[in-house]
Amino acid sequence: MDIPFTVKDRPDTGLYNGKLGIWLFLASEVMLFGGLFSAYVFLRTGAESWPVGSDILNVPMATLNTIFLITSSVTMVMSWASLKLNDFGKFKMYLGFTILLACGFLVVKYFEYTAKFEHHLYPSTNNFLGIYFTMTGLHVLHIVGGIIVLFYFLVPGNKMWQSDPDRFVNRIEIVGLYWHFVDLVWIFLFPVFYLL
Amino acid sequence: MTSEHHKENFLTKYIWSTDHKIIGLQYGITALLWLLFGFILMLIMRYQLAYPETPIPIVGALLGEGGLLPPEMYNSLGAMHGTIMIFLGVVPLAFGAFGNYFVPLQIGAIDMAFPKLNAASYWMYFVGSIIMVTGFFVPGGAANSGWTSYPPLSNIATTGQTVWLCGMVFLITSSLLGSINILATVIQLRAEGMSWMRLPIFVWVQFITAFLLLLAFPPLEAASVLQLMDRLAGTSFFMPSGLVVSGVALSNTGGGSPLLWQHLFWFLAHPEVYVLILPAFGIVVEVIANNTRRPIWGYKSIVYAGIFLGFMSFIVWAHHMFITGMGTTMSSFFQTTTMIISIPSVVILTALFMSLWGGSIRYNTPMLFALGFLPMFGIGGLTGLPLGLAAADIYLHDTYYVIGHFHYVVAPGTIFALFAGIYYWFPKMTGKRMNETLGKLHFFFSLIFMNGVFLPMMAQGLAGVSRRLWDGGEMYAHAAGVLYLNEVMSVSAWLLGMTQIFFIVNMIISLLGKKTGEDNPWQATTLDWSATTSPPLGHGNFEVVPTVYRGPYEYSVPGADKDFTPQNEKA
Repeated sequence: MDIPFTVKDRPDTGLYNGKLGIWLFLASEVMLFGGLFSAYVFLRTGAESWPVGSDILNVPMATLNTIFLITSSVTMVMSWASLKLNDFGKFKMYLGFTILLACGFLVVKYFEYTAKFEHHLYPSTNNFLGIYFTMTGLHVLHIVGGIIVLFYFLVPGNKMWQSDPDRFVNRIEIVGLYWHFVDLVWIFLFPVFYLL
Repeated sequence: MTSEHHKENFLTKYIWSTDHKIIGLQYGITALLWLLFGFILMLIMRYQLAYPETPIPIVGALLGEGGLLPPEMYNSLGAMHGTIMIFLGVVPLAFGAFGNYFVPLQIGAIDMAFPKLNAASYWMYFVGSIIMVTGFFVPGGAANSGWTSYPPLSNIATTGQTVWLCGMVFLITSSLLGSINILATVIQLRAEGMSWMRLPIFVWVQFITAFLLLLAFPPLEAASVLQLMDRLAGTSFFMPSGLVVSGVALSNTGGGSPLLWQHLFWFLAHPEVYVLILPAFGIVVEVIANNTRRPIWGYKSIVYAGIFLGFMSFIVWAHHMFITGMGTTMSSFFQTTTMIISIPSVVILTALFMSLWGGSIRYNTPMLFALGFLPMFGIGGLTGLPLGLAAADIYLHDTYYVIGHFHYVVAPGTIFALFAGIYYWFPKMTGKRMNETLGKLHFFFSLIFMNGVFLPMMAQGLAGVSRRLWDGGEMYAHAAGVLYLNEVMSVSAWLLGMTQIFFIVNMIISLLGKKTGEDNPWQATTLDWSATTSPPLGHGNFEVVPTVYRGPYEYSVPGADKDFTPQNEKA
């Protein structure tokens, strides 16, 4: 006996198990980042003075990163769509682009962080930098986790395309949902820290 | 099934298992051991409270010089007692063990939706719990800022607090995986014919509990990360400006707020109260329906009350914070929501009392525990009302009254329900029966001594004795009249501990005993009893996956040939 609806949708819910699972996981993630954004609002409204983000942080670099992540979301969808169209070669190409863009994001973030440290700006300097480092750091961890999973599906995990193609397509859809969420978090982080 | 009969050794079958039943047992055994451990911590504290500054017998040498309990250690024991009982004991037992084992059985699923995540969830919990207690071995001892870890105290506390936060991150991840699993299982894997309104109440409450865990825990994870940053990276999220400790100004930049922690913490910890109590409701409903031999009164009322309870539990958190100075507007809002949330609890309790009316009640051990639950939880709930009203709370806040109140909810409340569940489902898990005489002794003595521990707390609290006092209130003149109660409570606590020997002995001799060969000894209607063997088959649970034709509590149906009609019996 196998667990039902691991690949095919359950008729009355219209979902397969994994897709429901990832949506529930993302709901929990919303609460995690929601808690942190609430903390940000709480700290900022209670502070005597709060710096303007663009005075301290590097807006052009963050804009570049925003472009990287949005593009990576597009290539992520393209890779899933290519699989749906049975084009394994294009799937690998688009997934490779996604990983490349994600790594690009990390490289830019690395330069941003080190520039701050060189100017002796640390999380302990003030609460603006503290919450900036905490939230973007947590987001970076999400990016790293995403890269690991995407890489797994690109190289060692792609054998499933031969053995169980339907399930493989589902997996790409699921990791795609996660990736869009990580992208979305950045879409909130960018204006909150750099522009407001 | 046959394809599953590949080689299984002890390690793959019992340790790295992905079978929901084995994982449920793993959760159950681990949680019971932690409950015992947390209970022993409390026994040490109670000795200190009854006989301040007298050497602690037996374990004294481990605690401090001359067998005396130092104040810092007392604080550690208090913080760890709370943490262990809630996060390592009751929740894993109620949700991890019972949820894992019985939700798939009751909905007719062959396993959880994600068996590997399920195993990961247990191991996360296991590792997290080990990390928690390693706190006792770091310099300065385990976390000692209370289970609530309020800053700024917790920010400047010893290393144990960092260990506590790391352990917490593991436990939160574990409950996240567990809750996703229960939700997906209930939504996706219900057997044919098992519509939402045919789910046993136990499944409903586990489902609601899973939602609470899924959505309430992440803000605490956020708070834990922020506090870790405060402690390790020198940020000041929870540190106000200009803080002076022991005459020395702290070097933090300040500008943060201790209130921020309280908001994030209680945003988790109030839903957590319902995580503790909802599974208890579910178990009690199952036991009462089965042992009154009549349908549960107000099935839909209980379901809707449960959903409403789950929803409301997210908007009552600041009633823990009435005396923080957050303002009367906030207080008014939260005391209103708090009064509203008491309504669904009363609905559920009323439905359970009504269910007793006119039933042919069987007074077996699980039923006694379930019946004991009703008034005990009633006391716990009613004593909570004054605490929910800001004016009364200002007087009662942080007194022993609060301790008495919430212990009535969790100890003779939830823990009685969990005992009911263990006695009720033991035949299902092992195919053996537990001894009734020992079980009844366990119940009656537990009932007496539980009240002996917690009722005097109310009296002390009303007299103004604060919680977390190392000397039990000796230094307070106004407490003089109620201090003799410390000894009453402590003696009750030790006797309560001895009473648990009945349970442990019962467990051991029942496990050593012979199988009864009965699959459905209680003559119950739900699928866990009616569609599986006792114990259920290894991987797969059912010989034939059942189809459901009727609601969960069809007892004494007029015209039926027996007094119970299982859910999988054809119409």
